[in-house]
Amino acid sequence: MSFVSQFKTLASEKTRDLRHRQVIRTALRSYEVVRDKRKAAFQSWESARQAAAETKWEAINHLDTHLEALVAKLEARGTKVHWASNGVQAREIIAQILRDKKARSIIKSKAMTSEEIHLNRALEKEGFTVVESDLGEFIVQLRHEPPYHIVFPSMHLTRGEIKDLFQKELGDAPSDSPEELTMVARRVMRQKYITADVGFTGANFAIAETGMISITENEGNARLTAALPKTMITLLGIEKVLPRFADLALFLPMLATAGAGQPMTCYNTMYSGPRQPGECDGPEEWHVVLLDNRRTELLADAEQRDALHCIRCGACLNVCPIFRNVGGHTYGTTYSGPIGAVITPHLRGLQEWKHLSNASSLCGACTEACPVKIDLHHHLLQNRRNASAAEPAFFERLAYQIFGIVVNEPIFWSLAKKIGWLTQPLQKAVKGSALDPAKAWTKTRDLPPQPRESFKDWWRNRK
Amino acid sequence: MTVTLFIPCFMDALFPRAGISMVEILERLGHRVVCPEEIACCGQPPFNSGYWDEARTIAAPVLEKLKDAEVVVIGSGSCGAMIKKFYPELFKDKPHAKLAKQVAARTWEFSDFLVSKLGVTDLGAKFRHKVTFHDGCHGLRELGIKTAPRALLGKVNGLKFVEMKEESCCGFGGTFSAKFPMISTAMGEVKCAAAAETGADYIVSNDSSCLMHIQGLLSRQGSKLKTIHLAEVLNQQ
Repeated sequence: MSFVSQFKTLASEKTRDLRHRQVIRTALRSYEVVRDKRKAAFQSWESARQAAAETKWEAINHLDTHLEALVAKLEARGTKVHWASNGVQAREIIAQILRDKKARSIIKSKAMTSEEIHLNRALEKEGFTVVESDLGEFIVQLRHEPPYHIVFPSMHLTRGEIKDLFQKELGDAPSDSPEELTMVARRVMRQKYITADVGFTGANFAIAETGMISITENEGNARLTAALPKTMITLLGIEKVLPRFADLALFLPMLATAGAGQPMTCYNTMYSGPRQPGECDGPEEWHVVLLDNRRTELLADAEQRDALHCIRCGACLNVCPIFRNVGGHTYGTTYSGPIGAVITPHLRGLQEWKHLSNASSLCGACTEACPVKIDLHHHLLQNRRNASAAEPAFFERLAYQIFGIVVNEPIFWSLAKKIGWLTQPLQKAVKGSALDPAKAWTKTRDLPPQPRESFKDWWRNRK
Repeated sequence: MTVTLFIPCFMDALFPRAGISMVEILERLGHRVVCPEEIACCGQPPFNSGYWDEARTIAAPVLEKLKDAEVVVIGSGSCGAMIKKFYPELFKDKPHAKLAKQVAARTWEFSDFLVSKLGVTDLGAKFRHKVTFHDGCHGLRELGIKTAPRALLGKVNGLKFVEMKEESCCGFGGTFSAKFPMISTAMGEVKCAAAAETGADYIVSNDSSCLMHIQGLLSRQGSKLKTIHLAEVLNQQ
């Protein structure tokens, strides 16, 4: 099945599932309430957005120099830096490190970039054991499904469903209380930390000035992932770079507020290298893998370059009425919602993924919510334009050409209105059937009755 | 002042009362109203679908015909945004670039024109119903119009105004409603439920296209809730 038909099939299923829609809507409505409360704690949220957008503009428009500075600092303290042009290369680099270390089990903290390159599947195929340590990720891993949302991976599940899952997969689920279920997961996971050969993390920010990777989390699992195993691997997209350490003073609270309505995420850690001589803990080896995977192509597109400002907070997903009604899995992509609809056509092919840019009413709620001011909904328009210009759909273009002739010529336009009025009884007869040319509309909605006298008729008669 | 009215295609064919109300209101305020009969559409359908050449074929003659207009007033935030915000984009680096900017600067959405340009809020209207207001997304976010319609409704005699708890898109989105009807309908259902929750008799909007979508769903659901364009409310004497 093509990506577009898969999207439409899942969208139909999910929009019919009223319980699912209610679960997501309720969760995201309460997110909005806490987010607004936290936003109000900023002296000026709008100024903070502007400052964040300008900092990211600086970071992205001088990406080359920032990356070089970052890498020089990282290497100076003994970190091994790898450059990966695409997913295949990144997977091979990571697998090679694991082979060299004769590793068998890997503990992982949350990393959407690893989802992007389908890392777990590749590593498991080679016989490595991979365990997700973020609770939400752990749950979706047990269900063998991708994360539902870039920040809340298992938000689509109720506690009852999680209890049943734990009972089936872990053989232990005393009740559906979140505390008890967390304890079950913790017991399983603590063993994995101790036995893991390698710890794998993503990154929220990379600081060029100091050569640090900043990781934000709520569960402390990333700290354990980074601290316990002897080898640590960090995978990040090249757009994660920020120029200065001081920029975190803005970006950490901004990410927490926009992403989850928190003043600050519970744990914010800056990693600057493997264990140094004289230090008593930390990994002996640290590998940082910098991933391009077509980000540089987006960088070359001056019109949409600001899509690389994204800090993956998920704010645009949370407010998007399309996301709220079709859910995260329908998109069939790592990055869903508005940001996914903007960047997936760039990262995975415009013609194959343009339907995500088309599946929007262009309401602009995403652009309004974005903490780094990405012009999201206008980029959807640009993707549509680029897709139509490269490969116009014959009948759609023809329809617009005919439409243009009709509206540009008053006689034709009057005639079209007359035909519309005259055929109204016919429209009623075929309503919603296979013969109805307006079936897509009339299946769920009535057409407005067309009055005999149009505005233009009234205007002419009046004169 | 001579006001050039831009009547969008769907308003012309399906909702003439909204256009007529605008003419009557503006004339009562002492302005001369003209309406170029040969303009039918702003070109938004092909523009939003990515067919910018086809959109320019429609938009360029519109610009020519609005060239000498003192002010252009549109009873739709969506078509208003097309001219004010997207024409300059559509004609960037094209022969009509300068004209597009000039016309954009002289174009107003109806409620914004009354409140911000003319400084009028009280039109002496009477409408003894409980109403809620739907902000069309283009008017709200592209043009930043939020207070003007509420200021106007606030002066209508007998009108009881109640806000919806949730601000959301009605799901119309032009051709989106036909290309992805399941998503569009789901979004519309959320909107209708939010409006019904207010206990209002009418959903008022400054955009007939949103109202067409909302009314289409309400009528299929057999709801008693009705839709009406802002201009029609303001023209009830």
